[in-house]
Amino acid sequence: MNLRSRTPHARRWPTALMLIAGLTVSAVPSARADDVNPNAGRDLAASCAACHGTNGRAVGGFPVLAGKDREALIAALRGFRDGTHKASVMHQHAKGYTEAEAALVADYFSRQSPTKP
Amino acid sequence: MDRRAFLQAVAAAPIAGLPHLARADVRPRVVVIGGGFGGGTAAKYLRLWDPGIEVLLIERQPRFISCPMSNLVLSGDRRLDDNVFDYSGLERHGVVRVQAEVDAIDADKREVRTADGARIRYDRLVLSPGIDFRWGDIQGLDAADADREIPHAWKAGPQTELLRRQLAAMPDGGVYLLSIPKSPYRCPPGPYERISLIASYFKREKPRSKVLVVDANPEIVSKKGLFTQAWADLYPGLIEYVPGNAIVEVDVRRKTARTDFDGFRADVLNIVPPHGAGTIAHRAGVVSVDGRWAGVDFQTYESLVVPGIHVLGDATSAGPAPKSAHTANNQAKIAASAIIALLRGKPPTAVPVSANTCYSFVSPEEAVHIAAVYRFDPAKKTLVTAEGTLGVSKERNTLEAGYTYAWAENIWRDTLF
Repeated sequence: MNLRSRTPHARRWPTALMLIAGLTVSAVPSARADDVNPNAGRDLAASCAACHGTNGRAVGGFPVLAGKDREALIAALRGFRDGTHKASVMHQHAKGYTEAEAALVADYFSRQSPTKP
Repeated sequence: MDRRAFLQAVAAAPIAGLPHLARADVRPRVVVIGGGFGGGTAAKYLRLWDPGIEVLLIERQPRFISCPMSNLVLSGDRRLDDNVFDYSGLERHGVVRVQAEVDAIDADKREVRTADGARIRYDRLVLSPGIDFRWGDIQGLDAADADREIPHAWKAGPQTELLRRQLAAMPDGGVYLLSIPKSPYRCPPGPYERISLIASYFKREKPRSKVLVVDANPEIVSKKGLFTQAWADLYPGLIEYVPGNAIVEVDVRRKTARTDFDGFRADVLNIVPPHGAGTIAHRAGVVSVDGRWAGVDFQTYESLVVPGIHVLGDATSAGPAPKSAHTANNQAKIAASAIIALLRGKPPTAVPVSANTCYSFVSPEEAVHIAAVYRFDPAKKTLVTAEGTLGVSKERNTLEAGYTYAWAENIWRDTLF
């Protein structure tokens, strides 16, 4: 049996969630030092790269995050967090970030090229 | 330039002898020791995020061999060659690779000394040495025995292939014994994955054989429910699990092992001794926890006892985070960001966040995961598991077997290419 061919299919972000997210995004007020750290999004997103590839350019069937729509990514993370978006593992990871951090991560990946080597 | 000439050039560079402050006009230099998941990732991300930094990676092996996915080699489901990568990807990022053994680290002079006699100056040092084994904890067994006859195969490489050959040569009806050291050890679910995959091999080809597990821990350390269920469903009668028993003596010639309570005989002995931070961490003076692990500041991964040395990976006492490839990869990026900030006179990221996902095969077709997110707590200066993030698969499944391959492909690339 060739397991290499059985890599996971990319999940599609539900359209409904993308639309809802566009209406409800709001920054959580915070006085943390990272609010002025220009690398805060980059550093948070770097953790995701272990599975989703450097700067979100995944291979092997995990969803590519580079160049994805910011609001769609925020919505997906929120969906994973509140359980409306079913997942094998992302429901756990998504709970580790505040809404503001999720927005920083989404913002970072949305600005990455999906094709740059 | 050959290695010796290169090392001499590095050592003789005019920046080498000058005090740190006099070097403002020169690129800052970070030396990374160890080209595994921690060191490889740190070297890459330092260059990716600040190409103005000179990065030297010192690694004694010519190639990277991945421990993750190596249990599949033992069950005959994968070739070790598929786990082997060279360092050309890091060189393309501008990382200068030095194949050498590090003999000593002089933290006062900020200098690394190699076995070749080279002295390499650094502004910041990343130390990611992995583990070394505590041979003194098991009577009658040493490193040479492991290379020849009683492999641990807990570092992927020649011992992985030796153990595979022993399993392949074992007659049907034989006994394979795996001993598991007391936690903490490298890759908490690793032994239980190994048990599962070797049991699957026996079930397929040597059904009268037995996997005998002697575990120093009181119970299965990771994903207990999932492994227990898989063993009961898939390998009934094939696995004998003996908890709470640490191997204290081995007779290499007679292939016997002894705990304080019992004696065991096996056809294939796979003794994984207790381990601690790699030897060079001890020499560098960064080992500060239980005489075995390096204590670090979780905001920067700088040693708590030796300034200027950032320690990564299995060698660290990483709080609630497991000793895993994923942990090392994530720690490396936090350290890279912090090192750049410190070298450029800026504050490091205030609340670094890291994650871990460990997939394990319970058979060649099915896998399970454990995952969590870890956050730095700036008030307590500790690492805490983010609420609601620690958990495992609901049940074993084929989907996550595919994810295991995808995880490996991505983390190898993120670390090395």
